[in-house]
Amino acid sequence: MREKWKLWLIGFVGFILAILWLSPFYLMIVNAFKMKRDIFADTLGLPETWTFENFYQAFEQLDFLRTLFNSLLISGVSVVIIIIFSAMAAYALSRNKSKISSLLFFAFVAAMLIPFQSVMIPLVAQFGQFGMLNKAGLIFMYLGFGCSLSIFLYHGTLKGIPISLDEAAKIDGANRFQIFWHIIFPLLKPMSITVGILNVIWIWNDYLLPSLVIGGAGSETIPLKLFFFFGQYTKQWHLALAGLTLSIIPVIIAYFFAQRQIIKGIADGAVK
Amino acid sequence: MRNRDAAYWLFLTPVLAALILVVIVPLIYGFYYSFTNWNGLGTPDFIGLKNYMDLFTDKGFLDTFWFTIKFSVAAIVVINIIGLSLALIVTSKIKSSNILRTVFFMPNLIGGLILGFIWQFIFIKVFGAIGDLTGIEAFNGWLSTTDTGFWGLIILTSWQMAGYIMIIYIAYLQAVPEDLIEAAKIDGANSFQRFRHITFPLVAPAFTVSLFLTLSHSFKIYDQNLSLTNGAPYNSTEMVAMNIVKSAFTENDMAYAQAKAVIFFVIVAVVSLTQVYINKKREVEL
Repeated sequence: MREKWKLWLIGFVGFILAILWLSPFYLMIVNAFKMKRDIFADTLGLPETWTFENFYQAFEQLDFLRTLFNSLLISGVSVVIIIIFSAMAAYALSRNKSKISSLLFFAFVAAMLIPFQSVMIPLVAQFGQFGMLNKAGLIFMYLGFGCSLSIFLYHGTLKGIPISLDEAAKIDGANRFQIFWHIIFPLLKPMSITVGILNVIWIWNDYLLPSLVIGGAGSETIPLKLFFFFGQYTKQWHLALAGLTLSIIPVIIAYFFAQRQIIKGIADGAVK
Repeated sequence: MRNRDAAYWLFLTPVLAALILVVIVPLIYGFYYSFTNWNGLGTPDFIGLKNYMDLFTDKGFLDTFWFTIKFSVAAIVVINIIGLSLALIVTSKIKSSNILRTVFFMPNLIGGLILGFIWQFIFIKVFGAIGDLTGIEAFNGWLSTTDTGFWGLIILTSWQMAGYIMIIYIAYLQAVPEDLIEAAKIDGANSFQRFRHITFPLVAPAFTVSLFLTLSHSFKIYDQNLSLTNGAPYNSTEMVAMNIVKSAFTENDMAYAQAKAVIFFVIVAVVSLTQVYINKKREVEL
């Protein structure tokens, strides 16, 4: 009986905390549906009249479809490239046990210690000199910053895949690329999902790097566009909040469908 | 796969090229620039240690540094306490466990910039409304003083990161063998004693991991800082990452900003390596 009462209490505390955790989202969403004066009159309650006007306006101001497309394109291409090239590199490094391999692996892992700010200034200056401050340059940079952790994670998994698999395929006449594509890469699928999730979260949400690399009108990602939008409407909370709500919707939809994989992926990545 | 095989190098080329061009070359150049008077254009002149000397008398930078350290220490303590508590709640046998995990983790999927804007609204408008409603003066004017700005940043970061740290603690808590707990129960240990003597020692490695993550995360925070306070009032809530970006791209003081960035790199590297070292040492003892 005491045990049951205790579980009830824990459940209750959890429930209160969940409400506390969700309240920022609640406050953002309900106020995004309010008329400007209602936000001042009653910030906490539900809207007196629900209006979609703020959303129409924010949608237009954010050039939302184009901005969303930019974010999808940049995150999508970057993550696919990171997955393929990191898996290939980790495969080469794990199947070759020479000094060069351990040195390269060490270099990749050590790069994780470097904070972005300490390479940012020369990076932007040099890419600027070669006319690479554009989407292609940005995607290449994401490969550079994303490959370290990804190689580290793949390397751990690859050590557990027996080398006899490679040898068997080799006897059957497969070359290195065929072995990798047809045998190894499919076996890495669970880790590829983890690597994909970890990378897509930071790339999708990244603000500083795109702000330095792709300033041009029309090519902004969601965080970039939102930054200027918000600066413009700081005093007009109804529009600012509608913009925030709009920009969160894709993430919430993705989370709704893939929450199990996302949480599992984060756990796998973090505990490694 | 041998070193001499073309395949070996073909497999490595894309990531090697990216790492070299995006991280290693800029790191070396950055180190060089920090000893010059480079302003972003033209050829830099070598000026030796001048930038570094100036840094130690730059009150703005030192204040920023001190603020970052205070912030990191407070964030580590708060996030780990909340993270562990959340993990203990969702690993108990309550029915809503999966939903709670989903809810607590949610803020991590949304970028720091957006989270900062959401909380800006809460601290300014919602806290203001609560202040008017209850007549408690303390709710008004958050983000307009250094102290409340500091705690605003802590609240935002904790709300975001506690769910992440929770996941790490869950992974370790689930590895605690059930029969150990049962045995202790039979021996008459109460739940506090069971936590203190069984669960706690077994999840100790989780502390090292999450201390490392919270430390490196909070030390490098930029987006949240930018969107929540933007350093206001009077740069008093500005952290190192933001200070570097500002002096590089707002004040165009490239070489000086780069010297700050080198110091930043050294500190992050030393702290991270110390952490890894302690971690390894402890693993041997266990």
